[in-house]
Amino acid sequence: MSSEISNDTRLKGLRWWSELGWRHVIGLVMIVICVFPLLYALSASFNPAGTLTGSYELFRQLSPENYAELRASPFGLWMRNSLLVSSVTAAGTVLMGAAAAYAFSRFRFSGRRAGLTTLLLLQMFPQMLAFVAIFLVLLAITDVFPALGLNSHLGLVCVYLGGALGVNTFLMYGYFNTIPRELDEAATIDGATHTQIFFRIIMRLVAPILTVVGLLSFIGTYSDFVIARVVLQRSEQFTLAIGLYNWGSDERNAPWGVFAAGAVLAAIPVVVLFLILQRYVVSGLTAGATKG
Amino acid sequence: MALPTSTAPAPSPLPDPPPAPARAERGRTLGVGFFVKLILVGLADALGLYGMLTAWAIGQWAILISLVVILALVNWAYFSRRAVAAKYLVPGLVFLFVYQIFVIGFTGYVAFTNYGDGHNSTKQDAIAQISEQNEVRVDGSPTYPLTVLSRGDQLAFAIVDDGAALLGTSGQPLDEVRNATVDDGRVTASPGWETLTFADIAQRQDEIVALRVPMSDDPADGSLRTQDASTGFIAVPVLQYDEATDTFVDTTDGTVYRVSDTGNFVSDDGVVLTPGWRVGVGFANFGTMITDPRMAGPFAEIFVWTFVFAFLSVVTTFALGIFLAVVFNDSRVRGRKIYRSLFILPYAFPGFLSALVWAGMLNDRFGYINVVLLGGADVPWLTDPLLAKFSVLMVNLWLGFPYMFLICTGALQAVPTDLIDAARIDGAGRWQTFRNVTLPFVMMSVAPLLISSFAFNFNNFALIYMLTGGGPNFVGTPYVVGHTDILISMVYSVAFESGSKQYGVASALSLLIFVMVGIISWVGFRRARRLEEF
Repeated sequence: MSSEISNDTRLKGLRWWSELGWRHVIGLVMIVICVFPLLYALSASFNPAGTLTGSYELFRQLSPENYAELRASPFGLWMRNSLLVSSVTAAGTVLMGAAAAYAFSRFRFSGRRAGLTTLLLLQMFPQMLAFVAIFLVLLAITDVFPALGLNSHLGLVCVYLGGALGVNTFLMYGYFNTIPRELDEAATIDGATHTQIFFRIIMRLVAPILTVVGLLSFIGTYSDFVIARVVLQRSEQFTLAIGLYNWGSDERNAPWGVFAAGAVLAAIPVVVLFLILQRYVVSGLTAGATKG
Repeated sequence: MALPTSTAPAPSPLPDPPPAPARAERGRTLGVGFFVKLILVGLADALGLYGMLTAWAIGQWAILISLVVILALVNWAYFSRRAVAAKYLVPGLVFLFVYQIFVIGFTGYVAFTNYGDGHNSTKQDAIAQISEQNEVRVDGSPTYPLTVLSRGDQLAFAIVDDGAALLGTSGQPLDEVRNATVDDGRVTASPGWETLTFADIAQRQDEIVALRVPMSDDPADGSLRTQDASTGFIAVPVLQYDEATDTFVDTTDGTVYRVSDTGNFVSDDGVVLTPGWRVGVGFANFGTMITDPRMAGPFAEIFVWTFVFAFLSVVTTFALGIFLAVVFNDSRVRGRKIYRSLFILPYAFPGFLSALVWAGMLNDRFGYINVVLLGGADVPWLTDPLLAKFSVLMVNLWLGFPYMFLICTGALQAVPTDLIDAARIDGAGRWQTFRNVTLPFVMMSVAPLLISSFAFNFNNFALIYMLTGGGPNFVGTPYVVGHTDILISMVYSVAFESGSKQYGVASALSLLIFVMVGIISWVGFRRARRLEEF
């Protein structure tokens, strides 16, 4: 029975259903499930009722009230803090990771193998597990360098940079190794120093991996909750994750509409970055990173 | 995973010959780069030196030593001609050592101490605080008309004694001030100081009541205190520290408080003075969870739930992910790109936000799911122990399946189509083909990622904390922990949220997690490797 239409690429009727149609049904159901919570948040953000109770009918009302209210809240401050901390962390991670990957890739020194193995091992023990000790160490540092201790963005960035080498060096190391060494050698003969080779030649050639690492680091830092929560205690220093948590978690008095509006705005940078650089993110993911 | 740089076999652990010596010598030209380096290292040195002096002054020896080592390393790396690789490694290594390796080590150290509420500092600090806190007013001692003055943040008391005006602060014992204005036996003004108005006093009441101004350099003379900011009295310490015997003696009834091995002064009949200080307690912190009958049951449940949660999270997300990947791997399906972009939306949306949105939607009284989708039902999604666990898994499925979908889609590209066609021709059905051909192939490349995913979910703090906060809570436990808490969120609760902060116990739990994650990863990767060989 199948022989009659086996050459026809256009499937019809029952045959279409059994081969392809059901796939679309599953697809549509999944789309609803995927999109619904996000639409709900979007709807709540435009609902002036402002509480959980008032957000039942999706897109019944479209009022910019909640967004206007955000302007009067510390939301802008949190957004700025988040962007600042995440960008500085991402930049630092890229620089330090690239430098380390360059060293591992181009120089032969004692302890090189051991160093690489140690980094691989350390990856298994995420820094985040030690948040109690991070808190206590920063507490001690506060007495000596207040700018690097608790309640400081710089201190928070330093903690993040502490975890920068472990995860990213391997990703970069592999990529650095694909850049032919002959390039360095030619440059050396022309009289370039290793600093010049690193900044003027290598860094430009490995730009794609730098982008991926920077992006992953940015998204990871932007979404981090626990370390930021442990380090930052004053409202004006919060990052989005902590500030919005305080709004969203209080179920009775929660300014739900304002929270939703904040969530929509907070998600935009990440979602946009994610979608634009989807391809790279996916390749980065399969190289071992998980959602953080 | 990475390809070797040259055609030579993997580099030996022995030092290879250094790179072309010409490179190192040429680096010594005094170009712009050199001065940039000089300035940067100089700045680091200046900052480090400042830190060393401060650390020295306040007795933070660990920081002092770390700074010395770091500065030596930095200077050696950047001014030596030979340490070229080190120049590139040092910045990352410094951060790695301080904020990852040291921090993990410190977790280990704290786990064996009683660090936490009531045991935050050194013995010296504890002695000073105990003397300070246990003061009584001397019976029948005179009261003085007292004036409160301020200079910036600093407060001072001024009294008139035997016709002389005396002024002192918390750090400076009472001393005569010559040019103070005295009116009717009371100091009204003193140059350089501002007399507090009634409103100021009301505002800074707590500070004023807490302020103690020593009568003289000898702490036994007591200190001047006030309750109402207008009359002062002398209070003397009730508990006298005796250095020779290392005990506190109560001057009123002669009770002796001796040092106990838990870092406290304890009397013979068991009265404990607070605060205590930090001491090593051996493995006590590791046993707390089991030896405390109020904790043993909940801890066992949390322990088991952590594994169940991590395991089921991986299984459910992987099952849905690979199912969708297989369903949409058929090139005849139109609009695959659109499906794919929409499927990864939950993944692109920041995780902490979606957990909060879901918490709102699942709220049992006001949430969208109960009120609208279930027409006003009263399902306790997040407040019933079993349902809350179910909800956590469901939300995590929503959050996590796109990741599995993406990696499985990638892995499916590697499955040879002729193998699938062959299976079909041999008469295998869809399920059989999937089970015996597709799945083993996908598993080969995905297995290590499943292990990472397990380790990640094992410590998926943000989801639990945002969605349920660990609740519904157990009743009668000394820590605020609940049915959906996993080990990592329990650590957080023990350390920061349970009334008394128990850093020692929390660190012991962290250490437990470290060990388990280590074992899981090790065993997992070994098995994954075997799978690859197969």
